[in-house]
Amino acid sequence: MAASSQTGMSITLEFSGGAELLFGKVKKHHISLDESTTAWTIKKLLIWVKDNLLKERPELFLQGETVRPGILVLVNDADWELLGELEYEIKENDNIVFISTLHGG
Amino acid sequence: MPVCCAACSGKAVLKRPKTGDALCRECFFHVFETEIHHTILDANLFTAGETVAIGASGGKDSTVLAYVLKLLNDKYDYGLKLILLSVDEGITGYRDDSLTTVKRNQKQYDLPLKIVSYEELYGWTMDAIVKEIGLKNNCTFCGVFRRQALDRGAVLVEADKIVTGHNADDIAETVLMNVLRGDIARLRRCTSITTGNEGYLPRCKPLKYTYEKEIVMYAYFKKLDYFSTECIYSPNAYRGYARAFLKDLEAIRSSSIIDIIHSGESLSIKKDVKMPTQMTCLQCGYISSNKVCKACVLLEGLNKGLPKLGIGKGLKARQKLVAAGMTLTNTESQSTSTESTAVLNTDKQSLEF
Ligand SMILES: [Zn+2]
Ligand SMILES: [Zn+2]
Repeated sequence: MAASSQTGMSITLEFSGGAELLFGKVKKHHISLDESTTAWTIKKLLIWVKDNLLKERPELFLQGETVRPGILVLVNDADWELLGELEYEIKENDNIVFISTLHGG
Repeated sequence: MPVCCAACSGKAVLKRPKTGDALCRECFFHVFETEIHHTILDANLFTAGETVAIGASGGKDSTVLAYVLKLLNDKYDYGLKLILLSVDEGITGYRDDSLTTVKRNQKQYDLPLKIVSYEELYGWTMDAIVKEIGLKNNCTFCGVFRRQALDRGAVLVEADKIVTGHNADDIAETVLMNVLRGDIARLRRCTSITTGNEGYLPRCKPLKYTYEKEIVMYAYFKKLDYFSTECIYSPNAYRGYARAFLKDLEAIRSSSIIDIIHSGESLSIKKDVKMPTQMTCLQCGYISSNKVCKACVLLEGLNKGLPKLGIGKGLKARQKLVAAGMTLTNTESQSTSTESTAVLNTDKQSLEF
């Protein structure tokens, strides 16, 4: 994907542990977020994901304004709980991973 | 502003749900493995020379269990012979994929693998059962058969023990469900780290105090190969309100999970409370709380073309009938199918404890 020619911010999203089933079984998504006057936080990203990527059963991914409890979030391989969770400000080339723990053991 | 590891001041990658500590990758691996090692030692789970069958589904919990047990067995010289044991329910497109994962694990971890199938044990695959009974009570069949299948497989490989991947979240969820159901017998048993001493092979849960979050993080950082999809016959993967409630509790206060397990462990039951007695099944000899075990009643129903037999409220009465060798008439089957709207719990957990 020729993200370099765009003015927005390029990041990678990954869905696994069964969460990918809600995203057309695609695990890895390279996306570009438009330039914005307010910072791109994860809170804002989740709304974007809901409107642009989520294919089915949004209630299995989101609960209120956050992810459904039981879905783990990592930013650049670190637990988002160490990074401010919803308030984390996304940076260029961030890799954000969502792992469902809710699918069979 | 990177957070530092509480143990070594390296870059923290995870906040432990149990303690709130921030840890780096290496320190996390160390505490994760060491805690399981201590759980094993404290409960005297194993004795050197034993053969231990690891119930392996290809999913995250059993994959992490197999990896860590192999590692601890080598590191601390437990002297165990470990075998991966998988059950093939005969579900096209689900179990065959997860078995492929188990076969890869076999090579990755260099452990022997034994697969037992419903077809060889019972003469029925889940695909065939679903064709017969539809999608309503199939999980009941599957759960009852799986429990016995693991046991029989373990006997075939001459194992002394079975270990399963049940984690702290699973156990807390079971405690809640047994409280809600008022099932005092299961409530008393479900927090034990080892169950089934009489008749059945002992079953242990070395991940009993291990949070699901940490299991998934461990698998992620170690890049362990596991399979995650919903069973095609339970597309909504009904885990009950107990699970959603538990996850909400965890989000508010993450120690809730371990607190619930401790509550379950501290429970004492008055001496004069009548508990169900255990006996052996007249037909297959497996341990049962009735004259004929649930698996045999379900199987009898399938083989007689009355698959609803054994589901619902009338189960006990029918277990007696099968025990007495009485023939079942069609009227019987009709009354059964109306009763069967009072569906047995279809949750895998409740059937396995
Ligand atoms: Zn450290
Ligand atoms: Zn039996």
